[in-house]
Amino acid sequence: MGKTLAEKVWDEHVVRSAEGEPDLLYIDLHLIHEVTSPQAFDGLRLAGRQVRRPDLTLATEDHNVPTIDWDKPIADPVSKTQVDTLRKNAAEFGVRLHPLGDIEQGIVHVVGPQLGLTQPGMTIVCGDSHTSTHGAFGAIAFGIGTSEVEHVLATQTLMQAKPKTMAVTVNGSLPAGVTAKDLVLTLITHTGTGGGQGYIVEYRGQAIEELSMEGRMTVCNMSIEWGAKAGMIAPDQTTFDYIEGKPEAPKGADWDAAVAHWKTLVTDPDATFDEEIVLDASTMTPFVTWGTNPGQGAPLGGVVPTPSDFEEESDRIAAEKALEYMGLEAGTPLRDVKVDTVFVGSCTNGRIEDLRLAAEIIKGHKVADGTRLLVVPGSVRVRIQAMEEGLDKIFTDAGAEWRGAGCSMCLGMNPDQLAPQERSASTSNRNFEGRQGKGGRTHLVSIPVAAATAVRGTLSSPADLEV
Amino acid sequence: MEKFSSHTGVAVPLKRSNVDTDQIIPAVYLKRVTRSGFEDGLFSAWRSDPEFVLNQPQYEGASVLVAGPDFGTGSSREHAVWALQNYGFKAVISARFADIFRGNSGKAGLVAAQVDEKVVQRIWDYLDEHPGATVTVDLESRTVSAGEGPDAIVDSFDIDDYTRWRLLEGLDDVGITLGHADVISSFESTRPSWKPVTQH
Repeated sequence: MGKTLAEKVWDEHVVRSAEGEPDLLYIDLHLIHEVTSPQAFDGLRLAGRQVRRPDLTLATEDHNVPTIDWDKPIADPVSKTQVDTLRKNAAEFGVRLHPLGDIEQGIVHVVGPQLGLTQPGMTIVCGDSHTSTHGAFGAIAFGIGTSEVEHVLATQTLMQAKPKTMAVTVNGSLPAGVTAKDLVLTLITHTGTGGGQGYIVEYRGQAIEELSMEGRMTVCNMSIEWGAKAGMIAPDQTTFDYIEGKPEAPKGADWDAAVAHWKTLVTDPDATFDEEIVLDASTMTPFVTWGTNPGQGAPLGGVVPTPSDFEEESDRIAAEKALEYMGLEAGTPLRDVKVDTVFVGSCTNGRIEDLRLAAEIIKGHKVADGTRLLVVPGSVRVRIQAMEEGLDKIFTDAGAEWRGAGCSMCLGMNPDQLAPQERSASTSNRNFEGRQGKGGRTHLVSIPVAAATAVRGTLSSPADLEV
Repeated sequence: MEKFSSHTGVAVPLKRSNVDTDQIIPAVYLKRVTRSGFEDGLFSAWRSDPEFVLNQPQYEGASVLVAGPDFGTGSSREHAVWALQNYGFKAVISARFADIFRGNSGKAGLVAAQVDEKVVQRIWDYLDEHPGATVTVDLESRTVSAGEGPDAIVDSFDIDDYTRWRLLEGLDDVGITLGHADVISSFESTRPSWKPVTQH
C-alpha cells in the first residue's frame, strides 16, 4: 500500500523503532529563541553535555525584543536577562545566533524560510507551537517544550509516537479578497480547537495548490490552533521556485539531487488517511473571530452569536464566558464592532506579501480617528524589502506606526500590549483571554480585514471602503 | 525526575473548557531563566478574582486539578507545567489534553490523566458536595478515585505506556536516548549531503 506524504517524511527520519516505545526521530533543523531555551541549556550544563549538532541549530531573538529603540539596551530588565542568557548560551555552546540588530534577526518562523533553511522533507522543531509554519514546504515541523529542546540539543533526536494522518481537502478557488487566513479560520471554526488532536494534517486540493508559499505558511502556521500535531503541504513548483537562490538553498548538482528527491514527496494515489475533511473554498468569505479561542469565529458579514443557539452545553458556557470577556452583545453585526488597535504582523501574517497587501488597501486612506495601526514586519529582511518598495511610507502617511521586527503584540511579551478592555483586530493567531495584554480583547482577522478596519475603525473588509 | 506511583491530594474543580496555556500562565510571566518561581503567574488573571476557585480556603494546599476538556491548548511553553508544579499540583485530570501540554507534562513529571468526560463531571459533582475532599491518582493501576462506600468513584484513565513507565521509574529521557548514540551516529552517516546546515 502507498504512503501519505507525512508517512514518507516520518519514515525517512526514524533512527530507532522498538515495540512499545515511541520512535526515535532524527531532527534536521532545530530553531531556538530566548524564551523556551534557557532552562534547556542549563540542563546540558548541569549534566556536562554538549550540543550534538550546532550545525543543525539556529537561534534568533524574537519574543521579547522591543520594536522601537532596538539599538538601545532593552529597557525591561527581565527581558534583557532572557536575551542576554541566549547570547551567553549561544556563545558557550557554539550555536549560530542572529541577535537584535542583526540583518537576519526576526521571528524564528519567518527567518528559517527566508534563509532557505526550511526545505521539503525535513524534520524541523522549535520550542514554539507555531513551528507548524514550516510544514508549508512539505516538512514535518512541530513545536516542543523545553525538556524536548534539551533532548534535541543533546541528541539531535526526539522520541515521538507516530501520529495518525488526516487530509484536509479544500476544493475550488478562494474568491477574490478571501485569503489563506480566512480559509484557516473557517476550518478551525468547523473543527473546533481540538479537532486535529493526534494528527499530522496534509492540506491539499485546488485552493491550497493555488496559494503562494506565504499563504501556505499562513495555513500551516495555524494548524496548532485546531490541535494538530503538524500541518503540511506537498512540495511543488511553487515551493521549488521559492527556495531556489535562497542563501542556504542547495546549489548546482546538490540542487538537482534535492529537487529529484522533493518530487517524490507526495501522497501516493493508493495511500489512505485515518481521517479526511473536505471544504469548498468558493463559498468562503472574510472570516473573523468573536470569542476567546480561534474556533469561535464567524463570517464578517454575520453577527455575534447567541450562546443559547449552541447545541453542546460546554459550547454554550464557553460562548457566554467569551462574550462577557469580549464585551459583546449577542446579535450585534460584526461590522459594527469598534476597534481600538489594529495589529499587522506575527508569524502568521508578517511576511512581505502580507505587508504589500495591507499597503495596497491602505494607500490613499487615513487610519480612523481613535484607532491605531501597528505594522510590525516579521523580520529585518522583510522590513528592509518593504522599505525598498516604499511600503513604510504608505503606512506612515496613513498614520500607522512602522516598527522593528519581532513577535510584538501577538503575545505582548515586549512593551507592545493592549490595555485592559482595549479591542484589537489582529492578523496574529491567538485570541485567548489576555493574550495581547491583560484584559485585552482580540479579534483574529486577515490582512485585508485588518487594513480596512484600520481605515474605518470598525471590523470591515476592503469592499466597505468603496461605499 | 522524581518517581510517581500514586498521589492523593485535595482536588480543585476548574469548570472551564479550553483552558489554554495563556490562561495557565500569561506570556509576561515567562521571562525567568530557571524552572522555578512560576507559581505566581499560575492562572494569574483569574486569581485576581476573589471568587476564583483557587482563592477558596477549602482548596488550600490543593495538588490535583480537575479541569474541563481541551486543557493546555495553545503555546508550547513548558512553563505552564512548571507553574502548576511550582504551585503544588501533582496531577491534572481532564477529558482531553492538548498534545504539546501532555508531552511536556510527561517530561516534567506532572501526571496528565485523561478520563471520560462523564468521570470529570462525577468528580466535579462529588467535589461540589464535599469541597476540600481528596482525589487519588494511581499510576500503577491507572485509576482515579474519590469518595467511599457505594457512591465511591473509581475509574480508569488513559496515559501512554511509555510515559507511564518513565514516570513510575523517574527516568530522564536524554539519558535513555544517549544510550543509543551509536545508532544515531550511523543514521547521521547516511544523511544526504545536500541537506542544509547552519554553519559552513
